[in-house]
Amino acid sequence: MEQHTLAQTLYGIPLNAYIIVSAVLFSIGVMGVLYRRNLIIIFMCIELMLNAVNLLLAAFGAYRGDSNGQVFVFFIMAVAAAEVAVGLAILMMIYRNTKSSDIDTLTRLKW
Amino acid sequence: MTLYIFYFLSFLAILSAFMVVFSKNPVHSVLYLIVTFFAIAGHYILLNAQFLAAVHIIVYAGAIMVLFLYVIMMLNLNKETEPHKSTYLKLAATVSGGIFMVVLIGSLKGVEKIENLNAANQSAGLIKNLGHVLYNDYMLPFEMASILFLTAMVGAVLLGKNELK
Repeated sequence: MEQHTLAQTLYGIPLNAYIIVSAVLFSIGVMGVLYRRNLIIIFMCIELMLNAVNLLLAAFGAYRGDSNGQVFVFFIMAVAAAEVAVGLAILMMIYRNTKSSDIDTLTRLKW
Repeated sequence: MTLYIFYFLSFLAILSAFMVVFSKNPVHSVLYLIVTFFAIAGHYILLNAQFLAAVHIIVYAGAIMVLFLYVIMMLNLNKETEPHKSTYLKLAATVSGGIFMVVLIGSLKGVEKIENLNAANQSAGLIKNLGHVLYNDYMLPFEMASILFLTAMVGAVLLGKNELK
């Protein structure tokens, strides 16, 4: 009975719907990175992109009945957590040195 | 019924993702991002990946977003101090984001013919099955993740120190 309802659930929602939702979320992340100048917002948009990919991976895994996709999502989450810790530390160091959260101040890294 | 839940969650996720980008106050952006994460957790439950949903809420809404809020409060960014890009650049960002979305959807359109649902493995997302896979097939990556966390912790502490003597 449970399997029946799950099959109905997955069949009721076409896989294309998940692809579209993930693509839209990823594109919003890309647009946010290009749109804003605040470092923290840009960082949040990167998180948004990671989550869009996670959702698509989980959807593919569920539609194939394969656990490996979900394990991959689990690892992506672990890497994202580590990335956020280091990234926010770097961001705080930048803020301490430049006294601004504007990404354009970082153009001086060129020299 | 589930289709309506799917539409609702998708709408919520996309709307709050837009609000993350467009809200003036960074604190509001963080709060909208939390809404997006909860909507994505709802999607995971819909996909029968309960463990993933729980981990997602704990890691993202519990840990990462608290870290973001903490940094915003500490840097005192909770008001709009950010100079804006020119309208021209904003338009370019929006148009290129839209074109990117079209390309992405167009290129992924062909995968709709996924093979039939594996009826024997309906419980792929349940914690018993997932733990079995994680601790058998992915033992080495799992241990590597712990080393990654250790490195990240050392790096964060090192970067966060005021002055290196």
